[in-house]
Amino acid sequence: MSGTAFGAPPEPGGRLVRLAETGRQPVRFLLDGAERMALTGDTVLTAILTNAPALRQAEFGPEQRAGFCLMGACQDCWIWQEQGPRIRACSTPVAEGMRLLTRTRRDWP
Amino acid sequence: MTEPQVVIVGAGPAGIRAAQTLAAAGLCPTVIDEGARAGGQIYRRPPDGFIRPPGTLYGSQAGKAVALHTAFDGLVAAGRIVHLPRRSVVALADGTLHTVGESGSRRIGYDRLILATGATDRLAPLPGWQAPGVYSLGAMQIALKAQGVAMGRRIVLAGSGPLLTLLATQLLKAGAEVAAVLDTAGMRAQIAAFRDLAVRPSFALQGLAMRARLGRHYHAGVVLEGIEASDTGVTAIRWTDAGEQARRTACDAVGLGWHLKAETQLADLAGCRFAYDATWSQWLPCTDRMGRAGDGVYLAGDGLRLLGADGAEVAGRLAAAACLSDLGLPAPDTAADLKRLDRLERFARGIARAFPWPTDQVRALPDDAVLCRCEGITAGAVRETAAYGGAEANRVKSLGRAGMGRCQGRYCQLAAADLIAVTGGLAHAGEVGRLRAQAPVRPALVSALLEEE
Ligand code: FES
Repeated sequence: MSGTAFGAPPEPGGRLVRLAETGRQPVRFLLDGAERMALTGDTVLTAILTNAPALRQAEFGPEQRAGFCLMGACQDCWIWQEQGPRIRACSTPVAEGMRLLTRTRRDWP
Repeated sequence: MTEPQVVIVGAGPAGIRAAQTLAAAGLCPTVIDEGARAGGQIYRRPPDGFIRPPGTLYGSQAGKAVALHTAFDGLVAAGRIVHLPRRSVVALADGTLHTVGESGSRRIGYDRLILATGATDRLAPLPGWQAPGVYSLGAMQIALKAQGVAMGRRIVLAGSGPLLTLLATQLLKAGAEVAAVLDTAGMRAQIAAFRDLAVRPSFALQGLAMRARLGRHYHAGVVLEGIEASDTGVTAIRWTDAGEQARRTACDAVGLGWHLKAETQLADLAGCRFAYDATWSQWLPCTDRMGRAGDGVYLAGDGLRLLGADGAEVAGRLAAAACLSDLGLPAPDTAADLKRLDRLERFARGIARAFPWPTDQVRALPDDAVLCRCEGITAGAVRETAAYGGAEANRVKSLGRAGMGRCQGRYCQLAAADLIAVTGGLAHAGEVGRLRAQAPVRPALVSALLEEE
């Protein structure tokens, strides 16, 4: 286990703890407009949850959601981008410059 | 005569062995899979650029994992099979699969279809399980294997089945903090099943050794009471130990799972017959021993019978052999594999009895507990709907929406069936009827389906 900027311990607000594979190239992305770091090969879910406690607000309850199955079966992890289509966070690789949202896009009713 | 088009859905152990068997007979099957690289869930490979060796990723099963990966990659490289990765089959009708991938949607026709769709975690609801930080056990294992991450700083694993103790061992080894491993199966059920488990002594002993190594972390025969959470997620799990002491374990992540649930949506759309299996406590498709479902459709792996990875390899070979002989082509001898299948099934049924579905926990769900995580439908709402609408799963779904959410009932269906059975005074969940699958079995953008050529 290494103590690099991206190794354990996690970012203060993050949920996930990196235990291995911390030597990969950093990737920059925007989360709700703020610049964040992930590693090449991270899924969008890993990228967000190493920086934040949840992915989105639940539509049918008061709680937030942070994914559940990680295998594309539960559909709990769909999130918005600033532009373009919604994405399934557990099965989409993060890419440099992605602009991800944990809230619904403003132009969406 | 043009070569018959055989399509395999799923590139786990069953799909890989099926493809290999067909390729060896001179066919060139198409393999459609949601993963980026072949291997399935259990032998899932991390993305490029990850460096942990197979021994670290797959432990004692590393040899099998590497053999499967190598066999598949070799066949793809030699042009003997066509691999369509990162592509989902969302619907199926009249010999055509409707698939969606990054490059858009595509229709793929077939003469014969082998479904090797695997399984998902079998989940039972627990009050509070909608909180962020609650994951399936399978999710936690994928996170560790394919991303090198733990889903929390202090993790509790709860449920039952082989994955519970395996994952705990793997997480501890990787340096995660596991606060407790809570098994709802009592020691008595585990010991009672030992006679069947002994047909695979090395596996049975490995399981026992794992429990022993977990030591004070491992608790058998617990009753799970509920998950506590704050705005940002899980803070604790409440449970009652085998000595009936109320306990509370602080944690920021909970992994839940009760063994596996066959992924059967496509088999359903393909018109397969189903029967309720009391040992596995779920509806499973009906085939002959080889995996023939009729109508040119074959099933193999955990999507048919929950035999695990070794059983899936055997079933993949058998389904392909059945397909070949039905096409009038020379097929490999299957006597040895059929024998293996019997032994593996006996073991798997022993596992299912040792680590049963937690019927009591489900029946005791308070009315305000969320049953459907997708739409926040409560246990009370399902009971009410069943009471006035009738004790039939599809009626409760259409009247009360349980099973209609975005996971299509994958994670609430079995618990809902239990509640409906109790409300209707039926003996068991099998009597409430099976929830029928509906296309698309994965959410697909309507635009993608319309674009189809
Ligand atoms: S977490 Fe279940 S589909 Fe992404």
